[in-house]
Amino acid sequence: MINWPNFVSQLFNGLALGALLALISSGLTIIYGTLGVLNLAHGAMFMIGGYAGYVTYSYTGSFILAVIAGSLFVMALGVAMERIIIRHFYHRPHEDQLLVTFGLGICFVEIVRLIFTSQSQVVPPPALLQGITSLGFLFYPTYRLAVVGIVAVALGGLFLILYRTRLGMIVRAGIEDSVMVDSLGINVYRVFMIVFGIGAMAAGFAGIINAPVVSLTPGVGDDILVETFVVVVIGGVGSFPGAILGGLIAGEIISVTSMFNPGYAYVMLFAAMTLVLVLRPHGLLGTQGRE
Amino acid sequence: MLKQRPYLIEFLTAAGLILAPFVLPWLGFAPNTVNRILVWGLFGLGFDILFGFTGLLSFGQSAFYGTGGFVAAYLLTRAGFPNVVLALVIGMIAAAAAGYLIGLIALRRTGIYFAMITVAIAEVFFFVEFNPLSDFTGGENGLPGVPTPSFNLGFTTLHFTTGWSLYQFLALCYFIGVVIALRIVRSPVGAVFSAIRDNPLRATAVGHNIHGYKLTAFVIAAAYAGFAGGLLGVLQAFMPPDAFTFDTSGQLVMQTAIGGRGTLFGPLVGAAVWLSLQDFLQAALGLGAAWKLVLGIVFVLLVCFLRRGIIGGLADLYGLLTGQRGTREPDESEPEVVAVASTPHAAVAAAAPALARPRPGGSPSGPILQAKGLTKRYGGLLANSNIDFTVNHGELRGIIGPNGAGKSTFFKMLTCEVHPTSGSIVFEGRDITGMNVTDVCQLGLTKSYQVNQLFAGLTVRENLVIAALSGLRGKFRLDLFRSIESIPGLSERVQQTLELVNLTSRPDTPVSELAYGEKRRLEIGLALATSPSLLLLDEPLAGMSPRERVETVKLLKSISQGRTMIIIDHDMDALFELAERVTVLQEGRVLVEGTPEEIKNNSTVQEAYLGGVHGVLAA
Repeated sequence: MINWPNFVSQLFNGLALGALLALISSGLTIIYGTLGVLNLAHGAMFMIGGYAGYVTYSYTGSFILAVIAGSLFVMALGVAMERIIIRHFYHRPHEDQLLVTFGLGICFVEIVRLIFTSQSQVVPPPALLQGITSLGFLFYPTYRLAVVGIVAVALGGLFLILYRTRLGMIVRAGIEDSVMVDSLGINVYRVFMIVFGIGAMAAGFAGIINAPVVSLTPGVGDDILVETFVVVVIGGVGSFPGAILGGLIAGEIISVTSMFNPGYAYVMLFAAMTLVLVLRPHGLLGTQGRE
Repeated sequence: MLKQRPYLIEFLTAAGLILAPFVLPWLGFAPNTVNRILVWGLFGLGFDILFGFTGLLSFGQSAFYGTGGFVAAYLLTRAGFPNVVLALVIGMIAAAAAGYLIGLIALRRTGIYFAMITVAIAEVFFFVEFNPLSDFTGGENGLPGVPTPSFNLGFTTLHFTTGWSLYQFLALCYFIGVVIALRIVRSPVGAVFSAIRDNPLRATAVGHNIHGYKLTAFVIAAAYAGFAGGLLGVLQAFMPPDAFTFDTSGQLVMQTAIGGRGTLFGPLVGAAVWLSLQDFLQAALGLGAAWKLVLGIVFVLLVCFLRRGIIGGLADLYGLLTGQRGTREPDESEPEVVAVASTPHAAVAAAAPALARPRPGGSPSGPILQAKGLTKRYGGLLANSNIDFTVNHGELRGIIGPNGAGKSTFFKMLTCEVHPTSGSIVFEGRDITGMNVTDVCQLGLTKSYQVNQLFAGLTVRENLVIAALSGLRGKFRLDLFRSIESIPGLSERVQQTLELVNLTSRPDTPVSELAYGEKRRLEIGLALATSPSLLLLDEPLAGMSPRERVETVKLLKSISQGRTMIIIDHDMDALFELAERVTVLQEGRVLVEGTPEEIKNNSTVQEAYLGGVHGVLAA
């Protein structure tokens, strides 16, 4: 049904999805920008965040604890992954980095499948945010509204870390020229580890926040990863503002197209990406810098 | 490696395929598994040309696998098409056409962007198959009832049905696929593919239109994928929609990496490992769904520790056991220098003019290159400002200037690597301002780089072949099935260049094993092999020992016969010895121009270099 309230509610859906995509993509993009590694296991990080939160929730019954545990667990996983494997790949070709993160992503998904089976798991939203809110002209699930707010706060936090702290300054300098940062006497590899952790945490946090919206399966990260790629290509690889802009654009395109015909959602998304590639090959907010 | 004995690999492949039905059952392979391995192997042949040979890692090959498969299956099941082979070929053409269109978009970027874009595109194909086109493709049900091929030979009809019977048909397809792939890899196009993989920047600079070649590789991979997709339908008597899934692309990538990229047979080996391990883990060990985890771990370990996959690992092991590699390089660089000194220069001198570009109407005179008012601005920084510069035919010009004088920027503008903010460049009477490096190189103007830009994974000879090919074939040509040896004049030109840069003793040495001075000479050789009429040399003496310098100066002298050259260097003694005229740049402008004598005695030049100290000392 295409009518006015329906359209507005799809716009809200798009906003919620876009905000989530923005958060996940900014994790991917700061890792790539700083380390030069495209993490194909990023979708798996998103999925694991959901499962870590689910486990915490089943034991404690607290959604807040689930969010904290999910984020921290994925951050720890990211740091471990960087320490044990990724750091050996900084000086290897891009293709090898893609291959190894791709393989790790599969391992993560399969481990989760082994433990939790392929059946979908449910994490209910916290009691406070259950139910439906009236916006005057339409009724909208409270939790989805809250998602927009929660993600906006998380993005704000990421922004503060990136643009208002010493670490953030180093990270942004590292995106420009990591060799130079290294020669300035800053231990770039330590920064790399932290960035990988923060980037992974962004995905994990998004994973648990998203868990009440969709049911949780081991494959939930796969589609998200593809959408994240489109977001990053549209916004410009390595650009934090680009990830946010791209996320919102992608979210709205998917939602609004789904209202007419869900089958065309990806086609439209792809058309938008093609348009950006033709008109601005480096993305909307990307710079010429890295290739 | 791939060319010692003609048709050896083809022969071994044929023998292996004929023997397989007799050997493999003893090893526990079911015929259906072998058939699936062959389909994956054929799929992988094209992918290996794209990834292993051209260096483009696509995660979206499922798009073409599915396209070819569904077009063929649709023709055979719904459209009532009678001929299986013709349907497969039409499916292949459809996939290749899709590959061409997608390639136009995806190849706008390289590296990780290319990987991400291919993933996204493949996902779109998946959704299009499921929804808008589900009337044609059967949506999530796929297309059942794909027939198997049969050939009416008049006196008898050959039916290929299932099992080892269908194997014969698939093996024939695979064999033809291997023969074609080998031809492509050994063709000039194949040589350019590996140049793109190793150093796209230099491949462009020696005059190859790499975008066209990348698109070619992409279309080839799509065509192989399309044909293999059609075979999948024939094999299963059903075209499954999951051919289009990301898992298909992922499995192909993993199998290729497991087997060994850049080997053509890697995907086949990888598929054999993959499918047999899957059967073994699921059936024999009863691991159920965990088989994929085991394979994932195996894959990660292989990527970490065995970069070149199983075939690459075996090749290295063989090399280690027979002691072919890595034992004799260290002691060879020293006698090399002596060899340079004792090389008869007469031979070199004879080779030098032969390489120069033949020119109608005898040797011309007057300017070969004229730059007017050349200015380059980077934001607020003025790198070059209003440079007027003329070089005559046959001249050997030197350019000197303190660090940061804008010499390299100036060179980059002349070769069109960088476009000037204002001003014009005329080369042999033609305005080349705003052209690209490839076209300018094709016209006969090229440069040797300040920092070596070689094809590091290839041998000395292969490096020179790639450079020489551009002059002999133009910037883009689809001679996919021609052998490199059959190109007239190529081996002569490569040989002459080898003599000219004194590398005749090591043509088959990999570049990574050369000593620094040898690499430096090969760098000049790459530029020379394109047979330029104007050669620019950016600091050819940089980083050389005094002895190497003396030899290289001799080398440059012999090269300069019958050729126009411009040399930038900091070694003024060498430059004053070589050049007829010298231009001094300072702070982006031409300070003075004159004969070496004039420059030596010019007080402003002394001031520029000594920063006024000269005056202070005198006072």
